Amino acid sequence: MKKYDAIIVGAGHNGLTNAAYLAKAQLDVLVVEKNDYIGGAAVTREIHDGWFYSSCSYVCSMMRQSIHRDLNLTRHGLVLVPYLGTVVFGDHGDTMVSYHSEEAEYNQLRRRSPHDADAMFRFQTDLARYARLIRKTLLRTPPDPTSFRPRDIKELLWLAKQFWSLGETELYEYIRFFTMSAADFLDDYFEDDLIKAAMASPGVIGTALGVYSPGSAYILLHHVMGDVDGNIGAWGLARGGMGAISNAIAGAVQEHGGEIRTNAGVDKILVKNNQAVGIVLDSGEEIYGGIVVSNMDAKRTFTQCMDRADLPPGIYEKAVNFKIRGSSGKVNIALSGLPTFTGVADNRYINRGGQGFVGSMETMERAYDCWKHGRWSDDPFIESVIPSAWDPTVAPPGQHWMSNFVQYCPSQLADGPWTAEKRDAFGLTVVDKIERYSPGFKDLIVHMEVRTPFEIEAEVGLTEGNIFQGELTIDQLLFNRPFPGYAQYRMPVKNLYMCGSSTHPGGGVSSACGANAAREILIDLRRPNTVPEDDFGDE
Amino acid sequence: MKTDNKTQTSKLDPYAGERLKRSHFHPRQAELNLRDAWSSWNGYKFADYYYDEEYEYFCIRNSCATYDICPMQKYRISGADAHFMLNRMVTRDLNKLKEDRVTYVCWCTDQGRLIDDGTIFKLGSESFMLTCGSPSLAWLRKSALGFERLEITDLSDDLAALSFQGPTTCEVLKKMGLEGIQNLKPFNIMYFDIGGSSHKPLMVSRTGFTGDLGYELWIAPQLALTLWDELYAAGDDYGIQPYGEAATNMARLEAGFIMPGMEFNEALKTVNYQYDQTPFELNLDWLVDFNKPHFNGRSALLEERDRGPKYRLVKLDIAGNKPADESALYADQKCSVEIGYVTSAMWSPVVKANIALAMIDSDYIDGSIWAEIYYGKELRHHSKVVRCVLQNAPFWAPDRARLTPPPAF
Ligand SMILES: Cc1cc2nc3c(=O)[nH]c(=O)nc-3n(C[C@H](O)[C@H](O)[C@H](O)COP(=O)(O)OP(=O)(O)OC[C@H]3O[C@@H](n4cnc5c(N)ncnc54)[C@H](O)[C@@H]3O)c2cc1C
Repeated sequence: MKKYDAIIVGAGHNGLTNAAYLAKAQLDVLVVEKNDYIGGAAVTREIHDGWFYSSCSYVCSMMRQSIHRDLNLTRHGLVLVPYLGTVVFGDHGDTMVSYHSEEAEYNQLRRRSPHDADAMFRFQTDLARYARLIRKTLLRTPPDPTSFRPRDIKELLWLAKQFWSLGETELYEYIRFFTMSAADFLDDYFEDDLIKAAMASPGVIGTALGVYSPGSAYILLHHVMGDVDGNIGAWGLARGGMGAISNAIAGAVQEHGGEIRTNAGVDKILVKNNQAVGIVLDSGEEIYGGIVVSNMDAKRTFTQCMDRADLPPGIYEKAVNFKIRGSSGKVNIALSGLPTFTGVADNRYINRGGQGFVGSMETMERAYDCWKHGRWSDDPFIESVIPSAWDPTVAPPGQHWMSNFVQYCPSQLADGPWTAEKRDAFGLTVVDKIERYSPGFKDLIVHMEVRTPFEIEAEVGLTEGNIFQGELTIDQLLFNRPFPGYAQYRMPVKNLYMCGSSTHPGGGVSSACGANAAREILIDLRRPNTVPEDDFGDE
Repeated sequence: MKTDNKTQTSKLDPYAGERLKRSHFHPRQAELNLRDAWSSWNGYKFADYYYDEEYEYFCIRNSCATYDICPMQKYRISGADAHFMLNRMVTRDLNKLKEDRVTYVCWCTDQGRLIDDGTIFKLGSESFMLTCGSPSLAWLRKSALGFERLEITDLSDDLAALSFQGPTTCEVLKKMGLEGIQNLKPFNIMYFDIGGSSHKPLMVSRTGFTGDLGYELWIAPQLALTLWDELYAAGDDYGIQPYGEAATNMARLEAGFIMPGMEFNEALKTVNYQYDQTPFELNLDWLVDFNKPHFNGRSALLEERDRGPKYRLVKLDIAGNKPADESALYADQKCSVEIGYVTSAMWSPVVKANIALAMIDSDYIDGSIWAEIYYGKELRHHSKVVRCVLQNAPFWAPDRARLTPPPAF
């Protein structure tokens, strides 16, 4: 029977990235995916004829350019297009647009608050400084702070040096940053509530935290640390939807001779003598491999796909307690035309980009309260974008689709399990809110795909529908991700690795987790490294 | 616009003589030039960019965009000798050029140095149009000495033209009502009606300077705005946007096309001996056809071919992400042996690569190549030396640019 050098469980973009780099190192690689399509949460699906939804993730800025280039993803069909313009909607009809030109943006902020217009420069500068530090760690394996191995010590020193390069005062600020709330962080800069709300909103995306919860400042940073062609904080669309990213990486896997099998859900990871030796598919088929790499989240890997008896003591408990609370929904809407918004000029550069229905700091916090009580928010924070206004390939000409990311939506409702009716009611809440800002919006709706954490878990396998494969709080970041002592992609069972977003540097479409894991695997297998060492954004 | 009239009446505007000419599309373009980013080209007021150069670049690669080529120089050469005269002027063999076809050409001095490159449209058996970047009437006249039966007409100000480039262009032209446009092959020409006309005043060629799917639209000035309005109405759902010099320069570099003032110095404007280039140095060997008996520069070029050019234009993929603008190139990391210079460089957003065109001493072309790159960071100057890899194919050459009919989007 054929034995592979490596079996990767899950064809999410990280699993595929991992496979591509292992295959590039001449390993015989198999990727198995439970769905009949690849991509996990980086996927494009034609749910309604002629409309191609990015069902889960919808915008891209964390994708490592060095990987894009190194795996020739453009040749495999990937084109990332930056999109411009965001309109932020406040309570009571207040709106704020974001202009692409620095001068226009300054003028508009001044109209709201001359103080905040000035403060914005300092804010952006500080953010850029912090973000650069994080960005530098993305393509590196976190050191184990308790280890005395030369490599760990060297890496720790490197990390310390990066931190010290901030200067002493900034260093303290930065450490505070990890535990601060987005609100506290922003209070130091701004007075205008809508500006604050707009800036705070990335701090809660995908997170079971509110704008006033400690830890939300870091999430904010996580969302602005990316860049598109050096434009820090800019977001892009993948031409053809987020699935284009996964498809391109799959192209690289195949270019290097790797194999991808869909409709091949893994029931169990096989362990013999404390070593991972292969997998059992749902069909009962057994496949053997030298190593097994899980692209699934940490909780699913250890609590669903492994025998507790195969795990060293304590691991199962750690996995059960892994924080992976779902907090977001996604509503994908096919539209017969471009929606217009009250109080927003017909400026094609800004009214076709993104929409942030933030309301106010208060409104966002109230939305979080609902989540805490096991309800979806009745006045949710919605982050929207209309990809078809930029990408001609995802909807019929003149028609559009709107991606609506909804914060908050719990994975477990207080009043019992999710049902189709509740799901639809959640979708209606979202549509009702948009209609308030865009009269006539409902008449444009051709089709809707409503996804609560329940659907996200069922389809993508993200436990509780947590979009990051585990929350991004300090106790689960860097050398703590997924668990302290296991942050270097090697798992407690020999020959078992993890390469999904549950590992450093966490959620988002970056390919970094998969690439870093491949580097560690190649070290163990004594193969020459095929993975870029560094990104080149910050020389 | 009222003020426009005023400034154009010399009596009222003492500076009229200094002001730039306005393109036939100016009224529409001025409205969309939100950044007032104007420069000039051949005496015309000309946009560097309208909104943002990178945005406009992405319209070329992702949707569709228009580039004003009114300032480009255009000449009609017609008459029984037109073919013979042109065929003696340019290095390519025009005997192969069929009617309603366009071909890319270059022409040289007797010393085989490149004067300019451009395109020749064969409009009829005895009628041609030559387009090029710089004014060339004088050279055309000189080249016509001894040919009696021809007429040279400068059309530059009397023909409006728009380059229309990007993946959605064919769909937009279809929507505009240009029936059969999808069957137009690269370098072919077709004629269409527009604005209710019946004599097909719109000429469309499937040509461009972006390496992508695209067309050039040619029309009489009085119909220019009609063309614009119809095009923009049809293109509204397809992300249409005007682009300027900045985005053009990005797109053409990815496609590997050369630019005067960057890759070559026009021979007629070169003071220093051999600071101009030969077609061989610019990798335009395929444009030089020694099978035809006589053409300008033939014997010098023959010599050059046999001797081998001293320099070669190459495409480079450069490590890191700092554009190698004006970098010197070396054979070693210590920068002790200088072997050439970068002519154009950029970070390619679509390929995600740090790309450049460069001139390299032919003797060193197979060895290792290092670039010394200078870049600034918050007022300080930095430099670094990085490895370059020779690239044979253009950085960007999508299938859609060649396919007929082109795929939708
Ligand atoms: C609604 C939503 C919106 C998001 N928005 C953005 C965004 O805009 N930008 C951004 O950068 N990030 C966004 N994210 C986060 C980002 O999409 C994820 O962090 C990233 O895609 C995760 O990739 P991955 O490869 O690590 O894991 P996944 O994509 O989760 O891949 C895991 C794969 O394993 C498969 N699998 C699971 N169980 C089994 C099994 N037993 N057998 C075989 N296969 C199995 C799954 O089907 C899946 O294909 C979003 C996520 C969600 C859910």
